[in-house]
Amino acid sequence: MLSWDFLALQPALPEVFLALSTMVLLMLGVFRGDGHTRIISWFAVLVLGLTLLLVLDDLGGTKRAFGDIFIVDAFAQFMKVLVLIGSSFAVVMSLGYIEREKIARFEYPILFLFATLGMMMMISANDLISLYLGLELQSLSLYVIAAFRRDSTRSTEAGLKYFVLGALSSGMLLYGASMVYGFAGTTGFDRLAAVLDAGAVPVGLIVGLVFVIAGLAFKVAAVPFHMWTPDVYEGAPTPVTAFFAVAPKVAAMALFVRVMIDPFGALIGQWQQIIVFISIASMVLAAFAAINQTNIKRLMAYSSIGHVGYMLIGLAAGTQEGISGLIIYLTIYVFMTVGTFACILCMRSHGRMLEGIDDLAGLGKTNPPMAAVLTAFMFSLTGIPPVAGFFGKFFIFRAAINAEMYTLAVIGVLSSVVAAFYYMRIVKIMYFDEPAERFDRPIGREMTLILVGTGLFIVFFFPFIAPLLEGADAAASSLFVG
Amino acid sequence: MSDWPLPLLSLTIFLPLVGAGSILMIRGDAEIVARNARYAALWTSLITFLLSLVIWANFDTSTADFQFVEKANWIPAYNISYYLGVDGISIFFVLLATFLTPLCVISSWKVIQDRVKEYMIAFLVLETMMVGMFCALDFLLFYVFFEGVLIPMFLIIGIWGGARRVYSAFKFFLYTLTGSVLLLLALLAIYAEVGTTDVPVLMEHVFPRTMQLWLWLAFFASFAVKVPMWPFHTWLPDAHTEAPTAGSVILAAVLLKMGAYGYLRFSIPMLPYASAYFTPLIFTLSVIAIIYTSLVALAQDDMKKLIAYSSVAHMGFVTIGIFTFNVQGIEGAIIQMLSHGIVSAALFLCVGVLYDREHSRDISHYGGLVHRMPNFAVVFAVFMLAAIGLPGTSGFVGEFLTLVGAYQVNTVVALLATTGVILGAAYMLWLYRRVFYARRIRDHLKDIVDLDKREIAVFAPLVALVLWIGIYPAPFLDAIHASVIGLIDQYEAANAIKTATGPARP
Repeated sequence: MLSWDFLALQPALPEVFLALSTMVLLMLGVFRGDGHTRIISWFAVLVLGLTLLLVLDDLGGTKRAFGDIFIVDAFAQFMKVLVLIGSSFAVVMSLGYIEREKIARFEYPILFLFATLGMMMMISANDLISLYLGLELQSLSLYVIAAFRRDSTRSTEAGLKYFVLGALSSGMLLYGASMVYGFAGTTGFDRLAAVLDAGAVPVGLIVGLVFVIAGLAFKVAAVPFHMWTPDVYEGAPTPVTAFFAVAPKVAAMALFVRVMIDPFGALIGQWQQIIVFISIASMVLAAFAAINQTNIKRLMAYSSIGHVGYMLIGLAAGTQEGISGLIIYLTIYVFMTVGTFACILCMRSHGRMLEGIDDLAGLGKTNPPMAAVLTAFMFSLTGIPPVAGFFGKFFIFRAAINAEMYTLAVIGVLSSVVAAFYYMRIVKIMYFDEPAERFDRPIGREMTLILVGTGLFIVFFFPFIAPLLEGADAAASSLFVG
Repeated sequence: MSDWPLPLLSLTIFLPLVGAGSILMIRGDAEIVARNARYAALWTSLITFLLSLVIWANFDTSTADFQFVEKANWIPAYNISYYLGVDGISIFFVLLATFLTPLCVISSWKVIQDRVKEYMIAFLVLETMMVGMFCALDFLLFYVFFEGVLIPMFLIIGIWGGARRVYSAFKFFLYTLTGSVLLLLALLAIYAEVGTTDVPVLMEHVFPRTMQLWLWLAFFASFAVKVPMWPFHTWLPDAHTEAPTAGSVILAAVLLKMGAYGYLRFSIPMLPYASAYFTPLIFTLSVIAIIYTSLVALAQDDMKKLIAYSSVAHMGFVTIGIFTFNVQGIEGAIIQMLSHGIVSAALFLCVGVLYDREHSRDISHYGGLVHRMPNFAVVFAVFMLAAIGLPGTSGFVGEFLTLVGAYQVNTVVALLATTGVILGAAYMLWLYRRVFYARRIRDHLKDIVDLDKREIAVFAPLVALVLWIGIYPAPFLDAIHASVIGLIDQYEAANAIKTATGPARP
């Protein structure tokens, strides 16, 4: 079987480019030292941008590489674009922060790049082995970044917690994968799908599948595997939290979707109910648990758990529409989350970072533009039209209704009303309460750029839905063709 | 006149938004910003009103079709479009919204001194949402505007409201949102069934019966909260009491009509079978609303609360009228909505006048005002009598037609509703007596002043309209007539087909 086609690396060109450039930057960092972190960060953004251009290169249909363990299709391309955008935002957001907090070491952007590389490998994984390799490359980089502020107990605690629980979940995933391999006799997604389509499914394989789902649910932080999220989000440096909330979420979600739809698509009757349960549990628990939070990063952690619940509705539907809705939701989620975290990063008073929700009091008076932007994000996270978040919900629930999952849809919309309460609480604190502390200004040019960019995207999204829909539909259909 | 060279409806909808955008750009000294924001809002809303008058002037009263239709691609692959148009049912709501916004701006001229810029932006955005909602002929577009109203209204109540504003704003927001999300699911189910969100197409579609019942209940969840119908009305007294005057005006005059408009535009034409099926429910709730909330209104000491409860009672007449399915009933309901829009807006403005002077809404705080404020007493009397439904005022036309319609369908309902008219007279007259009459004015009110020019400018057009509709309602009824006939024909035809094919149900 082995031929020289094995080395046809063209589909993996973006990954190869990213890996090589990251190593070059690493060398640069090693020889130039920490003083050049800013330059290296900008180079990192440049590398991410160039990778994005390479990803966008039309390959003409689905392509495989490395003996079919690596796949590039429209879905992978779309998700990689999202990951790259999220990572670039996170690197840019970090620029000022790491200098102010005196953690500007050159490894910082490099680790972001390695994590991104891992995510891209995850998205393109077409084999349980390549899935695991990508996942670990990503996770190991993230563990280190979470603990990047070495002299802060909270940060190291977050890193350690993330590491221990992440390792546990990887273990479960690996265990599940080994059972799947044991009972199906293959690790390749294409051949797994063929085996399962052929009929007879051994019980052991189902057990393996459940473990795989548990591992993946850990990575996307869905209830009941969410416990690490609030602590890690709260403890990690804020731009790192922003990164966690965006890029790995996209990658893990993409992986989740591919694993469920591609190799295990034939077993939908087996996994659908699990996903429905996870989805309902995530939506409901997040909605209620977030109400009493006082730390905005913790609140955003619960918010992200809730949003994962909504996305999983799309997966639970198991239809092309569902996946397309999930992709749209994910895209909008990336922008509103990046924007919200950019606002959180601007919560600084006398050079000190603030994280309490009450610190936002009276922002509508002390800093009207930022309050307006954050309000737009809050309405978007709630899902009130005409801001973008609504359309994410619209297409997700459309899939649920079309798949006749009415109970799921009703629970979903009702929990979104509960969630509205805690998002609106932030708006209330900003506008209805008396001003507390003034935040430091100016917030810096790159932050302004991010806020304006994401804000415009969220507010003026509705006239321009059609192109995004086309992209999402194409991406979703590429999963269902093969 | 559907082939107008200009997209009139789009202009009317988005002009306020453009105005809001330009206010956003105003920079400089706080005093100057406030003044410019006020003038910009006033002019924008006045021009919008003129545009809507142009629409009315060119409105063809002989057809039930949608006019000034605009259609553009929005999400072509999904059969969802940007689709606008007005007919006899919606045109007056558009006018009501554009008419009241400039009045709100004027009435807030001096009262609002805090964050004027944001205030004016909120009102203009609100106007865009309201007008857009009444013009939308695509269900998704409708929903976007329908729920979009929540954003500015939440902020208006919460920022510029009274002491318990936070509680009221949240109650308003969460109540309405709960109803709306169920409407969203209904919208999605309809979309799944028909494959488009084009309202005229949906009106032609015949939905299976069981589905109709479920859809109707989901619609009901949203519209009943908006109207509001008893027992879903509890958000309204709080929201009205705590909102700033202009906020109460818009809330009572336009936002409450969104629910009733929803019944007329969606529930009845799309779900005729379910509408007939649930008519007893609507009648029961409406009658309870009329009698119960009238009694509650009698017991109020807060003027705004009293008017808020009277709104619930008046909207009870509207829902009865709509579900009579005859010409008098539905036309009466529409006129009643217009009348209530003007009268309740005016009454809230009247309370605002008193509140600005005395900072109290308690009835017991006042007494004998007629001695110091004769002009105001006359103005208030006009609106009070219109609220009661005195012949010659707009309230009479609406209530009378509604009751005539109801009498043809169900005499008991008509009888009970009529007792509501008596109770209405009781609480309104009693309110008037306590606030305005006494042998001499109470001592702490000695220095109160009568209406100034700005306030007269606000009230004059409202008084004129009340009398116009009351004395010569023909121009309004004519414009409505063709569309109402169309609606009823369609309703009866749809239910006739079904009775022919299946077991009948009244």
